[in-house]
Amino acid sequence: MRLWLSTALAAAVITASPALAEDTITIGFTASQTGALNNDSTAQMRGIELWRDDVNAKGGIKVGDKSYKIVTVSYDDESQNTRVQQLYTRLISQDKAQFLISPYSSGLVATAAIISEQYGKVMVTTGGALEKTYQLGNKNLFQIYTGSSQYLAGALAALKEKNPSPKIAFVYEDDPFSKSVAGAVREMSKAQGLTLALDESYAGSTTDFSPIINKAISAKADALLGGGHYADGATLARQLHEQKAGMKWITLLVAPDSPKFAELGDAAVGISVPSQWEPQVTFKPDFGPTAAAFTSAFSAKYKIEPGYHAAGGYAAGLILQHAIEKAGSVEPDKVAAVLNQLDATTFFGKTKFSTDPKQHGLQVGHQMVLAQWQKKGGKLVKEVIWPKDAKTADVVY
Amino acid sequence: MIGIFASVIDGILIGSVYGLAAMGLTLIWGVMKVINLAHGAIVVLGMFLLYIASLMIGLPAYATIPVTIVFGFVFGVMLYWIAVHRMIGRAELMSLLATFSINMVLIGLGTAWWTTSPYNVLVAMPGVTWQGYTFTGTHIMAAVLAMVIAGLLYLLLYRTRQGKAIRAVANNREAAELSGIPTTQVLSFAFGLGVALACVSGTLIATLFPFTVLSGEAYQLKSFVVTVLGGLGNPAGALMGGIALGLIEGLATPFMPVSWIPIVEFGLFVFCLIAFPRGIFAFSKA
Repeated sequence: MRLWLSTALAAAVITASPALAEDTITIGFTASQTGALNNDSTAQMRGIELWRDDVNAKGGIKVGDKSYKIVTVSYDDESQNTRVQQLYTRLISQDKAQFLISPYSSGLVATAAIISEQYGKVMVTTGGALEKTYQLGNKNLFQIYTGSSQYLAGALAALKEKNPSPKIAFVYEDDPFSKSVAGAVREMSKAQGLTLALDESYAGSTTDFSPIINKAISAKADALLGGGHYADGATLARQLHEQKAGMKWITLLVAPDSPKFAELGDAAVGISVPSQWEPQVTFKPDFGPTAAAFTSAFSAKYKIEPGYHAAGGYAAGLILQHAIEKAGSVEPDKVAAVLNQLDATTFFGKTKFSTDPKQHGLQVGHQMVLAQWQKKGGKLVKEVIWPKDAKTADVVY
Repeated sequence: MIGIFASVIDGILIGSVYGLAAMGLTLIWGVMKVINLAHGAIVVLGMFLLYIASLMIGLPAYATIPVTIVFGFVFGVMLYWIAVHRMIGRAELMSLLATFSINMVLIGLGTAWWTTSPYNVLVAMPGVTWQGYTFTGTHIMAAVLAMVIAGLLYLLLYRTRQGKAIRAVANNREAAELSGIPTTQVLSFAFGLGVALACVSGTLIATLFPFTVLSGEAYQLKSFVVTVLGGLGNPAGALMGGIALGLIEGLATPFMPVSWIPIVEFGLFVFCLIAFPRGIFAFSKA
């Protein structure tokens, strides 16, 4: 009896051992778990982790006839460029990451891109809309987000419909992303014959917006476009409300997309945000979950609705997975070749990367929508108001 | 025109808070010739005290002020005995290094506890609207409280024995010792007072703006400018210097991009250092 038991046990252990030595694919990235970018970076990280858990639950990424489990290695970059530089080098040389996903925010993506290109690693970027990063001559960068020059195009169009001659105050953060959006808006306004009543930047660490707001009031502006990231955008929105700036139209970058923005209460009503994705979109995915499925899975796991940062994180992983599976290999060149050919739709929208060597990896398939916080039955909800064929509610002006 | 006026009023409101922040710095310098490089970190401590008190204990925002003053005073006396006492009378570099190390320790602890992410305490107060410009209730309240606290400090310094002792020690420590004043106790009291002022100014600032563990740097810099404007060692001068700085900011803002204001501020600072080395209000030192 004893002999039988111990033999059976030994046999079980021996047969179990090979299963423990699984094949894995290591994907590295950093997230700003501390610092000013913390809010949206955490959302992006959660999107990536949800994708990883979904795929691993189904057995992993299928390469040929083998399944690889995804192992993510991530670190806190503290919202600092210097840390991104150190940590991506570490991810590549010490942690042997085979593929990379970018940090959140254009500034940090640009720094990570330098490192990833140096080492010849494929990096799917999400959370970074700045186009300049892709115009410096790269081979292995692939951008998920729509570029910054498109950000305020929808907002201007929607505003012009309500008010053909608005007095626009353009107040934006002094960082690469917001400045790039600013440049595009200036050109668009000139082309459309709109004058900017105020055109000023502020340091990202600004907490006292009353001087700028007073200037906007002095300029008799009735529309405000701008902002930057979450911390400054949320503070600007709150102070605009406290100082009764009387803007009929406010579009801020990034900040209002986070569900946390609803905490501003009345200060959030009417504020619109250019969005890479909203839970209400109805794209028919070629692969991966639908928007509704992603939204409910994310809400169930993290007890909060996903914004576009989380969706971008998930989409980055999804696109990478699809490319690896289609290439049937984990060789960077083969995966990059598939990505270059990609023209598909996922829950996030259409994804197609530019193969023009002057702007390799720039996202050319994806479109932005404009979302607005509206009060419905006493509660704050985010509705899609632009473009017309994607809208779920009318513009509140 | 109205825009300039509104900007100036805003400047004066925030300037009072700058003045309060600088009073602690200038008092410590005036009494014991110690430059408190931990000033910024203590301002941040005051900010987080508001956060802890209102979010975790549920104390109404302005009720935190007496708590902060008391805590700041006790903390300041503690700091004096731990780090500053043995540096008094030695080369000034020693006390500078001592307070700098306190700064590093406080920032390090703060970062470990709260990280460098932004924090916010929501304080709602009805404001005053005039000609389209609104002065938020919190700004007005902060300015009023700053002046009240400054007034209390004046009463302490000029109408009490302890205040007289502080002024005596500031004037001539040896003579004060010879007159029977326990100067070491007075020094620790003055240091505690300076830290309490820095702490409470942090609490007031936290009612106005969001903050991080690193926010103190900006206010420390402003405090240095205000201290120079107001005359080293002169708390009343510090308040006036703060208001003057706020006035300058308010006057300059309508005419140039906001990001140029620090250039104006620090340009003026350098000019004052050259033209009035003892501070603009030095001649009014009582």
